[in-house]
Amino acid sequence: MSHSNINVKDDEIDIVIGALCSDLTSFMNDWRPVFSRFHLIIVKDPDLKEELQIPEGFNVDVYTKTDIDRLVGSSSILFYGYSCRYFGFLVSRKKYIVSIDDDCTPAKDKDGSLVDIVAQHVTNLTTPATPFFFNTLYDPYRKGADFVRGYPFSLRNGVQCALSCGLWLNLADYDAPTQALKPELKNSRYVDAVLTVPARTLMPLSGINIAFDRELVGPALFPALRLAGEGKLRWETMEDIWSGMCAKVVCDHLGFGVKSGLPYVWRTERGNAVDSLRKEWEGVKLMEEVVPFFQTLRLKRTTVKAEDCVVEVAKEVKEHLGKVDPVFGRAAEAMVDWVRLWRAVGSSSS
Amino acid sequence: MASSSPATTPLLKDELDIVIPTIRNLDFLEMWRPFFQPYHLIIVQDGDPSKTIKVPDGFDYELYNRNDINRILGPRSSCISFKDSACRCFGYMVSKKKYIFTIDDDCFVAKNPSGEDINALEQHIKNLLSPSTPLFFNTLYDPYREGADFVRGYPFSLREGVPTAVSHGLWLNIPDYDAPTQLVKPRERNSRYVDAVLTIPKGTLFPMCGMNLAFDRDLIGPAMYFGLMGDGQPIGRYDDMWAGWCVKVICDHLGLGVKTGLPYIWHSKASNPFVNLKKEYKGIFWQEEIIPFFQSASLPRECTTVQKCYIELSKQVKQKLSKVDPYFDKLADAMVTWIEAWDELNPSAGSAKLANGTA
Repeated sequence: MSHSNINVKDDEIDIVIGALCSDLTSFMNDWRPVFSRFHLIIVKDPDLKEELQIPEGFNVDVYTKTDIDRLVGSSSILFYGYSCRYFGFLVSRKKYIVSIDDDCTPAKDKDGSLVDIVAQHVTNLTTPATPFFFNTLYDPYRKGADFVRGYPFSLRNGVQCALSCGLWLNLADYDAPTQALKPELKNSRYVDAVLTVPARTLMPLSGINIAFDRELVGPALFPALRLAGEGKLRWETMEDIWSGMCAKVVCDHLGFGVKSGLPYVWRTERGNAVDSLRKEWEGVKLMEEVVPFFQTLRLKRTTVKAEDCVVEVAKEVKEHLGKVDPVFGRAAEAMVDWVRLWRAVGSSSS
Repeated sequence: MASSSPATTPLLKDELDIVIPTIRNLDFLEMWRPFFQPYHLIIVQDGDPSKTIKVPDGFDYELYNRNDINRILGPRSSCISFKDSACRCFGYMVSKKKYIFTIDDDCFVAKNPSGEDINALEQHIKNLLSPSTPLFFNTLYDPYREGADFVRGYPFSLREGVPTAVSHGLWLNIPDYDAPTQLVKPRERNSRYVDAVLTIPKGTLFPMCGMNLAFDRDLIGPAMYFGLMGDGQPIGRYDDMWAGWCVKVICDHLGLGVKTGLPYIWHSKASNPFVNLKKEYKGIFWQEEIIPFFQSASLPRECTTVQKCYIELSKQVKQKLSKVDPYFDKLADAMVTWIEAWDELNPSAGSAKLANGTA
């Protein structure tokens, strides 16, 4: 069921796509009913040699390696692979960004209608989040729902939602070991809910289907953690998970909400989980190191801007995780570089 | 853990009691018969003890009215509410089983989106027999459900989960709204079937509704005290809420999990919102003090059993909430009385010693 949000104009939204695949024809045509109203930013993976193929009829700006090199110059940040999308976040001038992987197509909801992910993400971002107390009927602002008995009245105003994490039907975002062990495991369960992930609760924020309020938390989504064996399949990356954990800490600190649930996208096979197994283990091991760190991470009360939060997290990462694995030291450096870049290039809006 | 056919859920018919508070009648049991008949029922009859409540034929049950409660507990019966469904917790105390399922007498069998009757009890058992994951949120909800798993980025060291102490079910049709919401939205009905079970993260409180609830009595039983409500008390409709806040703080401390979501039951009766408003009125204001209290409550490491945690909580209630209203002083005392009564009726069971969860 699409909820068109009358208060948000189309020109406040950017759709950002990182193109890891050169032929975007079927992808764009599949999404045409949903995307054609909006401005699109497509960032081509600098590693991609072939020309991008994009069908007609879209309002789109394409950025390639040349643009990245020109704008970014020398930096510790690498925009290869899935990280290319962050360049799109940097150059966007809109308030809301919706970003999905280029192997996703529109899903159908329980009534068989096409899921308008933009409408749902924008609804999520423009209705309050409720991170301080769990509502057992999930999102209380949805039509047909409300706060339940026992929910404190003083918390019913909620807080601004900065991040909206959607889900995936068919090929869910499982790691390589899980998918390799259960090759037939496909997600066919459409869970008709949006909920706020409570404050101080950690979560794996998948970059496959997200949206965020750039004005609130733009600087907090960044390409920083690069696995030594990072590849061109989601099973071979951790960059979004790392960025997401930092973003959650920043949101919790600044009093913003993070929602998870609807909308769904339909995700298809690309690659083989078994082949990715070797590369995945690095990411899996690294996650074990970071959990205790993030569980106890608290930012200074005087840090009130998202970009300053990122710098502070980077400092803590360098201090506490730098000696655990050099990949964290590099991530911390990239985070600081990112904020510098953001301040120079990304901080303005139209 | 891959398997091609789902394991059948054990009935647990000798390990689970169904506790039902009632003041009217038990007609609703007829609809539940296919699902409830194998189990032992504990009926707690509220109100006038001279009234006879007929239990439909074929059910194995024990029934307690106020006279029974007074006889069994003696002076300690003061902790059990009268003229309020909070009295149901007496049933938890006298049960000798590991698991409890409690349901209200105006709750019926619901249908899932495919039109099939929902076996709520079976789902609760599934929830209780599989681990919870309070330390890290899984975006695909319960990873132990068939057709789901942990998502990418979920730490492997946390994939064993923790034991599940509570399974909190939901309601289709009449939602569990408070009186002000009922007054503003008298016709709202919950028609959204959310096909999920999820663990409520550690450190997060929630409003626990007692209409459709199951729990592991061995793991958390003594914390399921439903407080002082009803006759002679300044407040009502906060019994399950109070238990839920205590339970969550203790579960978080002991490293136990609380799940919410499926199963759904069909809630048929909307209680009178004006009557409800009178009962809830004080609670609406007191809640604003109670919630910060529970949010900041911490239990010392030495509290390694549910009883110890609960007694400690009662001390903190007396210390910090008495200034809100003298009621809390009484409630704190009643919490202690409840534990004394529980321990007397459940001597050898003692309390499962569990390692504290991480601070």
